[in-house]
Amino acid sequence: MISPSKDELVTITLNGVEVEVPNGINAVEAAALHGHEVPHYCYHPKLSVAGNCRMCLVEMGTPMRDRATGEAILEEDGRAKIGWVPKPVIGCATNVSEGMHLRTESDLVNECREGIMEFLLVNHPLDCPICDQAGECRLQEFATDYGRGYSRYVERKNVKPKRTRLGPRVTLDDERCILCSRCIRFSQEVAKDDVLGFVDRGSFSTLTCFPGKELSNNYSLNTVDICPVGALTSTDFRFKMRVWFLKETNSICSESSAGCNTTVSSREGIIQRITPRRNDLVNDTWMTDSGRELYKSVRAENRILRPSAGGKDLPLKDAISQVVDSLSGKRIAVVASCHSTVEEQVLTKRLIDSTNARTFLRGHFGEDDGILLSADRSPNLRGALVTGLIDQYPEDNLNSLNDALSRGEFDAVFVMNEDLVASGINEENLQNVTVVYLGTHSNSSSKHADVILPGLSVFEKGGSFINRSFIIQAFDKSVPGPAGLQSQVTVLAEIIKHLSEEDGTPSELDDIWGLVNNLEGSVLSSLLYSEVKKAVVQLDGSAWSHLNFVEQSALHYPPAMLAAK
Amino acid sequence: MAKTVVLERKPLSLSERTYLPQIVTGLKTTFSNMFKPKVTLQYPEERPVIPNDYRGVPTLVKDPNGREKCVSCQLCEFVCPPKAIRITPGSVPEDQEDREHVEKAPQEFEINMLRCIYCGYCQEVCPEEAIFLQEQYSSSGYSREEMINNKQKLYELGGTLPDRHYKWDRKKQAELDGNAH
Repeated sequence: MISPSKDELVTITLNGVEVEVPNGINAVEAAALHGHEVPHYCYHPKLSVAGNCRMCLVEMGTPMRDRATGEAILEEDGRAKIGWVPKPVIGCATNVSEGMHLRTESDLVNECREGIMEFLLVNHPLDCPICDQAGECRLQEFATDYGRGYSRYVERKNVKPKRTRLGPRVTLDDERCILCSRCIRFSQEVAKDDVLGFVDRGSFSTLTCFPGKELSNNYSLNTVDICPVGALTSTDFRFKMRVWFLKETNSICSESSAGCNTTVSSREGIIQRITPRRNDLVNDTWMTDSGRELYKSVRAENRILRPSAGGKDLPLKDAISQVVDSLSGKRIAVVASCHSTVEEQVLTKRLIDSTNARTFLRGHFGEDDGILLSADRSPNLRGALVTGLIDQYPEDNLNSLNDALSRGEFDAVFVMNEDLVASGINEENLQNVTVVYLGTHSNSSSKHADVILPGLSVFEKGGSFINRSFIIQAFDKSVPGPAGLQSQVTVLAEIIKHLSEEDGTPSELDDIWGLVNNLEGSVLSSLLYSEVKKAVVQLDGSAWSHLNFVEQSALHYPPAMLAAK
Repeated sequence: MAKTVVLERKPLSLSERTYLPQIVTGLKTTFSNMFKPKVTLQYPEERPVIPNDYRGVPTLVKDPNGREKCVSCQLCEFVCPPKAIRITPGSVPEDQEDREHVEKAPQEFEINMLRCIYCGYCQEVCPEEAIFLQEQYSSSGYSREEMINNKQKLYELGGTLPDRHYKWDRKKQAELDGNAH
């Protein structure tokens, strides 16, 4: 299929009104741009066009021309005569071109939709009270728009298997499937793991895995998201909560430097699920299955819920003053984190500068899957570079700190999030220094720590991350943190306030951005937090282009603008 | 300031001064009621007759086959104005023969009778006809916890009501009749 450049605009007549749309987009998208919804099931903007649901039927026509002379044929009143295609065409496979006429709201189109809906509902079970998709179901929505409200079908409905296991995370309800094939196309085109297909004919048609295979790739739950009905359900979220109770917050996945845009759904402060949010520059409409499970860490057993010192719980204020006592005037090593937000890193930098401490930072690297799980398994390594915490690309260990500790160069170690022993620090080296741990979950660092300061997880605070393409993305607080806990920026600001003479270290995100804007020569200096919160902001990462980033090319990486150079 | 008006009180007439006509009128009402039929009840020994469609304590009912009808769709929880209902959804294991084709049922179902305002929205919204406000009107307890009806209590109160649909039986019949694919 030749697809013309989409930058160029063409004029089409949509429901009698002349509008401008990008050349070559299809009728569904063109109508959506001007506020006309064309219902569809099988069409998905990020997948190839299959055209098998027939729900997006629209009327299409072009101005008539005389075959002999090529001149436009006019109506009696002088307007161009439109040659309407005698039967409706599917909008998803109809690309717009100059002068095209489209009708998406005519009587014929409405009749088509009603007819298609009646056929789709013939064998569809009356499962809405049970179905997890209810409330966000396209079939349910269009049934209210184009359904007839009663059934003319007097025969018995089909009975099909209700809980087929397609993979470790996906359960199929065969009765609900409308055979749109989105999941099949997703597996072939995006996940590149071709395991799904239809078998049998007519009303026996069934979605199934190829023999000996299962839908077990790390993107399998995206098929649940794109399923327009409740046929594919997430085994984890199945029957857990109705979607209309969920409060949705925009968040950023902290699994890797890909920085997938996500929606965190919670009810009464408990996260129920994480779903991807569309961002055409970062993750399209996809995310990994492993990223969706991160919410489980919020209520994990090893979560640190109270500040403590020497094994005894104490109020946060006392814990902070203990930290200040043990750090002031000492030779300090600060283990910063690439899991911290940009704002936390800015304050960490301030803490380091005001105490003349040395910075150590560990990178977390793994396998790159070439889609949305990048080799850099931390959300904000670029942030550490941008905020000036580090200028070299970090190693996946803290051996340099271990060497320095064995030489006795430090009296105290201030650790954020990092697991010291797992990062290559010898346990004996930790005996002679004061260890302060600021983190969310207990690990070897908290075991050796003299003072433990609890922090908030990424779901319980706001902030921003800089992803692998140097795109800075802000996220909101999804759920309240455990009772009595303060965010890392508040704790850091409090420590800095006591340790240094400089006053006015802010603890509110907006104020920290005031601090960020004052950083001279930083790529963040001309940026406002309100801008970051509103839209995706591409930073200039050219200053770091000499570094050997571990990420391999993947979905939207390197970004189109850099790849073109 | 408003102007004060002094009103002259009319002097009482002779019959008014004796109070006798007023006493007689009052006694007439008393005696006439003594011979009318009684309208009061000796509650709690005597109980009133509850009319049909009375909105008493909300209860969960079972179908005549003894299966629970609620599928924990949580619509009643959603519609409940005082947020008295709280449901923990759960799934039904596949191998239960008497509950074939049923996938979902409440793990726990709580109605807080201190919050309930007996509006009947839950009964109205229920797509499975599983929750009914029945004739019981008096509920009392010694503690707040006692006033929260759990799933077991709700089924005890609800009992069994006739069913017009037999949804699951019809589905089983369709399967047996060769519509199983």
